[in-house]
Amino acid sequence: MQLDDLNAIAEKHKSSRKKICLRSCMSAGCMSSQADVTKKNLEAEVKAQGLEADVEVRRVGCMGFCGQGPLVGVDQNGSHGLWEFVKPEDAPAIVGALKGNPCNVQRGDPNHPFFAKQMHIVRANGGIVDPERIEDYIAIGGYKALHHALTEMEPAQVVEEVTKSGLRGRGGAGFPTGLKWGTVAKSPGSKKYVVCNGDEGDPGAFMDRSVLESDPHLVLEGMAIAAYAIGADQGFLYVRAEYPLAITRLQTAIKQAKQLGLLGGGIFETPFTFNVDIRIGAGAFVCGEETALMASVEGKRGTPRPRPPFPAESGLWGCPTLINNVETFANITAIVSRGGAWYAGIGTEKSKGTKVFALTGKIKNNGLIEVPMGIPLRQIVEEMGGGAPDGGKIKSVQTGGPSGGCIPAEYLDTPVDYESLTKLGSIMGSGGMVVMDDSTNMVEIARFYMEFCMDESCGKCIPCRAGTVQMFHLLEKILNRQATARDLAKLEELCDMVKNTSLCGLGQTAPNPVISTLRFFRKEYEELLQPDPFGPRGNGEAPKAGLATK
Amino acid sequence: MLPTLLHEKPKAVDRVMQHASGDKRFKILEVHMKKHQFKHDALIEVLHKAQELFGYLDDDLLLFVAYKLKLPPSRVYGVATFYHFFTLKPQGKHTCVVCLGTACYVKGSAKVLAAIEERARIKSGETTPDNQLSLLTARCIGACGIAPAVTYDGKVAPKQTPQDALEHIGKWI
Repeated sequence: MQLDDLNAIAEKHKSSRKKICLRSCMSAGCMSSQADVTKKNLEAEVKAQGLEADVEVRRVGCMGFCGQGPLVGVDQNGSHGLWEFVKPEDAPAIVGALKGNPCNVQRGDPNHPFFAKQMHIVRANGGIVDPERIEDYIAIGGYKALHHALTEMEPAQVVEEVTKSGLRGRGGAGFPTGLKWGTVAKSPGSKKYVVCNGDEGDPGAFMDRSVLESDPHLVLEGMAIAAYAIGADQGFLYVRAEYPLAITRLQTAIKQAKQLGLLGGGIFETPFTFNVDIRIGAGAFVCGEETALMASVEGKRGTPRPRPPFPAESGLWGCPTLINNVETFANITAIVSRGGAWYAGIGTEKSKGTKVFALTGKIKNNGLIEVPMGIPLRQIVEEMGGGAPDGGKIKSVQTGGPSGGCIPAEYLDTPVDYESLTKLGSIMGSGGMVVMDDSTNMVEIARFYMEFCMDESCGKCIPCRAGTVQMFHLLEKILNRQATARDLAKLEELCDMVKNTSLCGLGQTAPNPVISTLRFFRKEYEELLQPDPFGPRGNGEAPKAGLATK
Repeated sequence: MLPTLLHEKPKAVDRVMQHASGDKRFKILEVHMKKHQFKHDALIEVLHKAQELFGYLDDDLLLFVAYKLKLPPSRVYGVATFYHFFTLKPQGKHTCVVCLGTACYVKGSAKVLAAIEERARIKSGETTPDNQLSLLTARCIGACGIAPAVTYDGKVAPKQTPQDALEHIGKWI
């Protein structure tokens, strides 16, 4: 495989395109509403109406507007249209509409603020390329960045470019990616590994699933470039077992890339060799933590271990290992082909580029959005999301899943970047954004997350194993109106202890939802408290008589 | 103590191997292990395949995997019990998985679950006595755009209400 061959494939594929293209979303969300049947019907209908010469029906990945799905997009004479809530029986009407016939299927507006405010780097190909055909990806310039890196750049130059871009880890912690790559590249050892963390465990987040399902080659290409930069020849893609569609599409993608010589030995006729294996998770939230993930890749129980040594020095089987999130790898191709300086021009001073968020919960427009860093939260929630449905009022926005916190409505003008969110006691996290309206009880939300952490604690360290259980019981007690101020004080004390003494990220962040709801919605907790029969602690007041028997 | 152990161990394995020789599925599993070159780190992949073939992982099956991969049974059992995805008990004919991720929860999946629990008279994680239905909950199936989502026999259904869910499982029980 040479650059000419790549261009030839692209040209050949482009010339086979037809004038009009119906793009049928075949991502897990739309598939659940029979998008696969819709696509078949569309194909049959195109044949039946004799439009085969001009119209093609393409399987595409996620278009983002999942709440309005199943979606069918159309490219006709250079303009783009969108149909929403498409049912299999709507196929004749849609194909008829291509000829100008009236059609009563709901039309979507491609210029809706939900789309117009977005900026696509990671999701650029979502809804455009066929995730199961490598030719489609090559036709829009795929694998050219890998060629550019392999033939025109030194590994150190690639690392430098990534450093220049200011890209930070998209898994949640926001560690500078370039720094991580540099550390692994400098670590001694002949055997190194690249691991892609696709264990998207945060409830309410589905960005990685969507990227893997819609554009698997983008991630593979990013991983290959990373491997070249750090000197690795083996990669692992760790994907949750809950994402079967993503797994099959990745398997297809790897097979196709191998056939074309874009993975495997001697890529682009250089000495660079890179193989990728898929590792399927088995349902453990803690495996999103990097040391636990590595244990799981090695086929062991996914328990974390203390750091240092960091994976960059001693990771898989003791070798230097680079672990990055799916979205991080998905950014690499753009950075290599368009330059780190271009990427650094997007976003804020400390948070560069774009971030994909899964906008869900009590909001009109559900779905995936990719926005430049630093965009005010209000724009996301009110303009793009359309506010709360059914006349409700937005109460708070939860970011970062069980490790994050709730941002109350009065702080909606906060810019979305790593530092601002941390200041508010939440985190950027992997990108889940769950909107809650005034019907949501914040104490219940805190209990929900605590129950999650309690179940998912791996049990290795005591603060997390025992602390989460105690905190959960205290929250239950508060919700059942059996707690006193003393219990609340105990809860706060425990939060502090678990946060500071747990071994890994799961335990260290488990109290965050409680801390953040206590910070902004303390009143809701206090309203549930019962008077203390023994008087408030330490202020010398006499116990209030009669309360104990009440 | 040691002689007893040595005496007991081959017996258990013999029993498993004898049992295994009669069932084609063990052969398929072994081919799958061979594909991974009987590597220790393929344990989770092998267990996935085993569960796919047998529906659940019983002790004999775990012993078989341990013996073939040359791993201590404790390690295999440890991994099988650590991950939520693996089940050591037989499942019902149909499965119903209610997603309890944040987005689904905020949109009322707890009510859906409660309705199913009441109708089927089982708690989540249990199977009906007639082995027709296993009720499970998921942490998040990544279908947040269409919350609340419920998976019936592996097929995701969007925007479920308690009525939808009862209608669906009504066909099974």
